Amino acid sequence: MAADAPATTRAAAPSTMDIKAPASTVDSAATRVGAEARAEPEVRRDTRALRRTDWLALFGALAGATALTAILFSEVAPFGAALGFVLVSYLLFLGLYALLVSLDETGLHVRDRLALAVVHGLALVLFSTLVVVVVYTLAKGWSALRHLNFFTQDMTQAGPLQPLTVGGITHGAVGTLEQIGIALAITIPLGLTCAVFLNEIPGPLARFVRTIADAMTALPSIVAGLFIYATLILQLGFNKSGFAASLAISVMMLPIIIRASDVVLRLVPGSLREASLALGASQWRTVWHVSLPTARSGLATAIILGTARGIGETSPVLLTAGYTATLNADPLHGPQVSLPLLTFTLVRSGQPGFIARGFGAGAALMELVLLLFVIARLIGGRGAGQLSRRQQRRRTALSIRDSERFAPAGSPVPQPEPPTRVGGMP
Amino acid sequence: MTTAVAPPVAAPGRAPEPEPRRRVVSRLNRTDRIFRGAARGSGLAVLVIMSLVGVFLAYRGWQALRVAGPSFLTTERWQPDAGRGGFGIAAVLVGSVLIGLVAIALATPLAIGTGLYISEYAPVGLRRTLISLVDLMAAVPSVVYGLWGFFLLQGHMLGVSRWIATYFGWIPIFRVDGVNPRDPLAAETSYTSSTLIAGMVVALMVAPIACSVMREAFSQAPLGEREGAFALGATRWGMIRTVVLPFGRGGIIGGTMLGLGRALGETITVFMIIAPIFVIQPHILANGGSSVAALIALKYGEASKLGISALMAAGLALFLLTLVVNFIASTIIARSRSGAQSEA
Repeated sequence: MAADAPATTRAAAPSTMDIKAPASTVDSAATRVGAEARAEPEVRRDTRALRRTDWLALFGALAGATALTAILFSEVAPFGAALGFVLVSYLLFLGLYALLVSLDETGLHVRDRLALAVVHGLALVLFSTLVVVVVYTLAKGWSALRHLNFFTQDMTQAGPLQPLTVGGITHGAVGTLEQIGIALAITIPLGLTCAVFLNEIPGPLARFVRTIADAMTALPSIVAGLFIYATLILQLGFNKSGFAASLAISVMMLPIIIRASDVVLRLVPGSLREASLALGASQWRTVWHVSLPTARSGLATAIILGTARGIGETSPVLLTAGYTATLNADPLHGPQVSLPLLTFTLVRSGQPGFIARGFGAGAALMELVLLLFVIARLIGGRGAGQLSRRQQRRRTALSIRDSERFAPAGSPVPQPEPPTRVGGMP
Repeated sequence: MTTAVAPPVAAPGRAPEPEPRRRVVSRLNRTDRIFRGAARGSGLAVLVIMSLVGVFLAYRGWQALRVAGPSFLTTERWQPDAGRGGFGIAAVLVGSVLIGLVAIALATPLAIGTGLYISEYAPVGLRRTLISLVDLMAAVPSVVYGLWGFFLLQGHMLGVSRWIATYFGWIPIFRVDGVNPRDPLAAETSYTSSTLIAGMVVALMVAPIACSVMREAFSQAPLGEREGAFALGATRWGMIRTVVLPFGRGGIIGGTMLGLGRALGETITVFMIIAPIFVIQPHILANGGSSVAALIALKYGEASKLGISALMAAGLALFLLTLVVNFIASTIIARSRSGAQSEA
């Protein structure tokens, strides 16, 4: 939506030029002579250009703020915290910047520049936090990650005092993959069918389900775990197992997937659906052959993002999966640990060796999430109905085959009418 | 687009006599009936699962609620085996709300700033990347945020906490009891594991969620009004203040509430950082705090039947709280969206 905003303004620019040109030709002769007197072609002004003073003010304020803070922290008062340094110098920067800009601009522009600096600063905080979180976890986890055994062994042999060359996270990785697999096997069919229901069969029931599913997206994950713990383990008497954990993850993921795919399906153009129905396709065929394929990339993105959320949740697993240091590939029997739970348990033990392994497990988990994101970015992000080049080619080939199939059926192939004649119809 | 293939309405030879109005009855074939049945069934199944969560928690928590009576809401201690008056959610609920408020107070400016940056200031080519970065930030596992908060942020925050406590200690929520802020040799452990640090980490977790709602609302501010503001000579900030922010107000409020709902239910991060205590702790800088979710994570292993039931009751309270907050949020967001979108 936002992407085509500049396109329209760009398209609008030549049209105003076109209007101008005939307007000047019908002008009176006197003004035309006047215009030709200063006939040099007008240089197009760049309205967005940054002047040199803007840069000077920006970097001057930055340098001044840093220097002032350095003096303050080293000479005036014995502060030490790095966070405090950044905070103080940012505040000083805002003050100095406002002062410098106000030297040659009005108050209106000073406020504009300040807002620019504040907005950029806030965005920078958020994005740099992301970078710090990712880099810090990877850096701290590196000491464990660089040993190959970290990926091939479980923690059976590794006591608190064993070096990092013993023990690993295989059991957690296997548990994570199995649990998320089972959870996806439950949530994808149920979630997608429910999203289709919300879009295809509107009515009071669909509205109610949508409201409930929307409200449940904020279901605290620990409550999802508590629910499964209360029903499956306490009420029905099953033991803690990977299956219980995946049920808890499913309860948590279901509303997320429903909501995301509902939004994607709502963006399928109504005209496509109506065209299919008008050609006599049944509702089921319309959904299966038009709605779902059109929204395919969006749906895939929705599912992958839901998976990324589900894979990193600790609290539902904490209540339902139990903990074991050995590899347990059977999700139905016995406790089964997953990567987030492993990270949590190892770090809480307080032993330096275990903490290093915990960071390693956390880093592995985050790499998994990053990988999912890269995949989502590669296949998804396209709006409904926008095709990649390969899809376009395949669609064209299909369409040619269809027209060949229909051609010998009797009447000549109907040519699409030129659009100019359609314009005259009411 | 569809008008291009519209056929002529009446054949040219026939006279246009008024046709009797036909009754259009759509008869569904078998696959359609099965499809509609399955779709409706899945909708009902989702409804049943979701309401089961609430009903079952209420059913299991009923025993503890009956034992505790109204004291469940006013007691600070958590000793379920002591019977009536022995346990209640006063302390943990206040702790949850405090953490939520700290988180949202820090997250809202971050989210508004980032939302404005992405929708108004960032280069157009960079926008999609930034959006997926924000999405990625929302998907970073909570346990990783917990690691970061506990091992990195806490150490850096101690000095800041101490500074605030020293100079703003006269404001009640910033007071830290039992510490002389003027004593340079005082240990900094009284500032660890505090509500503020937990709230800060939770803020960074909920900011991306709030941000994506706000960004969407900002980017839907109509182009005409934007250009109108610029044409009247507004600076960029003037345009944002008079067009984007008023149009995005629903998104800002809704995103904030959505973030609050998430912050109230956040478990593992809070559990990793905070030192659990069961008294009402209104001083956000001081060591110790509590939240309902952390209480459940801490005590779920308890053997006694009443203890489990009491936890269910606490979970029910948390569930209802987040449900109400989130319901308000989605209502506001839906209302702010109505009319902004049109059928394609």
